[in-house]
Amino acid sequence: MSLNSGTPVLERPLVDDATGAPVPVTSEPRPRRRWVRATVLGAVIPIAVIVLWQAIATSGLVPSYRLPTPLSVWAAGVDLYERGVLYQHIAISTQRVLLGFGIGAIVGLALASIVGLSARASELFAPTLGALRAVPSLAWVPLLGLYLGLNEDSKVALVAIGAFFPVYTTVAPALRHVDAHLVELGRSYGYSGPALLSLVQLPAVVPAVISSLRLALAQAWLFLVAGELLGASLGLGFLLVDSQQNGRIDRLFLTIILLGILGKGTDSAVGLLERFLLKRWGS
Amino acid sequence: MSSSSLRSSTPADALSVSIRELSRRFGDRVVLNELSLEIAAGEIVALIGPSGCGKSTLLRHIGGLDSPTGGSIAIGGAPVTGLDARSAIAFQEPRLLPWRSITRNVEVGLPRGKRTSADRDRVAELLELVKLSSSAHLRPREISGGMAQRVSLARALARRPGVLLLDEPFGALDALTRLSMQDLLLDLHAAEPATIVIVTHDVDEALYLADRVILLGAIDPTESAAQASIRSTVVVPGLRPRDRGSGDLAELRAELLEGLGVPTHHLSAR
Repeated sequence: MSLNSGTPVLERPLVDDATGAPVPVTSEPRPRRRWVRATVLGAVIPIAVIVLWQAIATSGLVPSYRLPTPLSVWAAGVDLYERGVLYQHIAISTQRVLLGFGIGAIVGLALASIVGLSARASELFAPTLGALRAVPSLAWVPLLGLYLGLNEDSKVALVAIGAFFPVYTTVAPALRHVDAHLVELGRSYGYSGPALLSLVQLPAVVPAVISSLRLALAQAWLFLVAGELLGASLGLGFLLVDSQQNGRIDRLFLTIILLGILGKGTDSAVGLLERFLLKRWGS
Repeated sequence: MSSSSLRSSTPADALSVSIRELSRRFGDRVVLNELSLEIAAGEIVALIGPSGCGKSTLLRHIGGLDSPTGGSIAIGGAPVTGLDARSAIAFQEPRLLPWRSITRNVEVGLPRGKRTSADRDRVAELLELVKLSSSAHLRPREISGGMAQRVSLARALARRPGVLLLDEPFGALDALTRLSMQDLLLDLHAAEPATIVIVTHDVDEALYLADRVILLGAIDPTESAAQASIRSTVVVPGLRPRDRGSGDLAELRAELLEGLGVPTHHLSAR
């Protein structure tokens, strides 16, 4: 690999002025080159899969009602787009995910803070929340349908339940296990309560919060599809059921690919947030 | 080192420490047993003793991090009743916040409140004092252990403490770095004359730095190492900086090591 052979070393190694020993500075390839390389490498497998898929679909090995060609999937997408429904399906699903994710994450962070910082609150809430977490996601669907109706509220609530637990279960223990030495340090310098929280505990759990948000987002899409499969008239989950019932395998493939793209897209958005926050708060 | 630029700031006055019949129990275990000790303002006192003898516990009590089950402590004549802004503690581990730069870690030691330009000057001055000005922007993971301990010292000095409490601050450093840190500590003491109480395992370090060395441990040898009281006090002769190889110190060194239960095979010149 000769991509970074020409990269000049920009920073002089730092020298520990007490011992004179050099402090190693990790040299990385320039960010733009790395980005190009990552994009090219990342695209290799999807392109190979599409090529293989096209080859199998046109070879006659698999009948077309079981495996559509990539082009017919594209055509199905264009068709839905031209009827003006593709955008609607995507928009309503994305809206449900973002709303539910936001609500679930905020409630999750709030409860995790209480349970993570107070031993008494932990004894009070942790067993109940643990039991609720053990309930399989789909078990909530009929109940939410009865209480909230088969409308937006019940779907957003289901997504929020899905997003809540990864945040709660990751952040609460992270807060509980913040280095006790650092907490004592803060206390010994006169910090307590909210000031101590913002000096030590919150920055210490930033990495845990971010990774929990990424998990929560993936879970939000999962719960969205679960909710939409079981009762919706619009949305990508509905499109899946509808396509299955009408034998539209091209639309099925289209929807699965769209879910992959949307999920990856929202995950990358959180990834950008992660890079920004870790630059500020990472160690 | 030159400290002319440092005299512009007004260091807080060093404060005396007065410990009266201090006792601390953890359940049934007596860690400190009616210990009394007077430390003069500006003095450097080293506490040594076997592991688990209560050295660190005593230090934490002076800093108000722990409260006694009996007796009392006063700093500058006024009692210690909890965390106290008159003292500052530096721990064995540097305990730097990994997400903050060196400068921002030293700022933790400043009194809380809005940061003023005087605060910034103070932090810059302290970083110069501990010879870290050129590393001020780095994060803790980018610096060595000795540098991290210097940050920890600068942070403690940022509150202009009357009493500086050091809990084995150089214990985790390599031997050479430790020697240079000891000289740095004496420079700091000259520039910002606080009273210093230092816990150490290192008899040589105690004799090199301190005016008095206090040997802690059980007075009755049949007792466990706990139940610590003051077993002996050694007044170290001579002015700093001391000759590390001085014969007087060798005598005291042997005496202290014997006190710690380490045979020295030292042939007394007396």
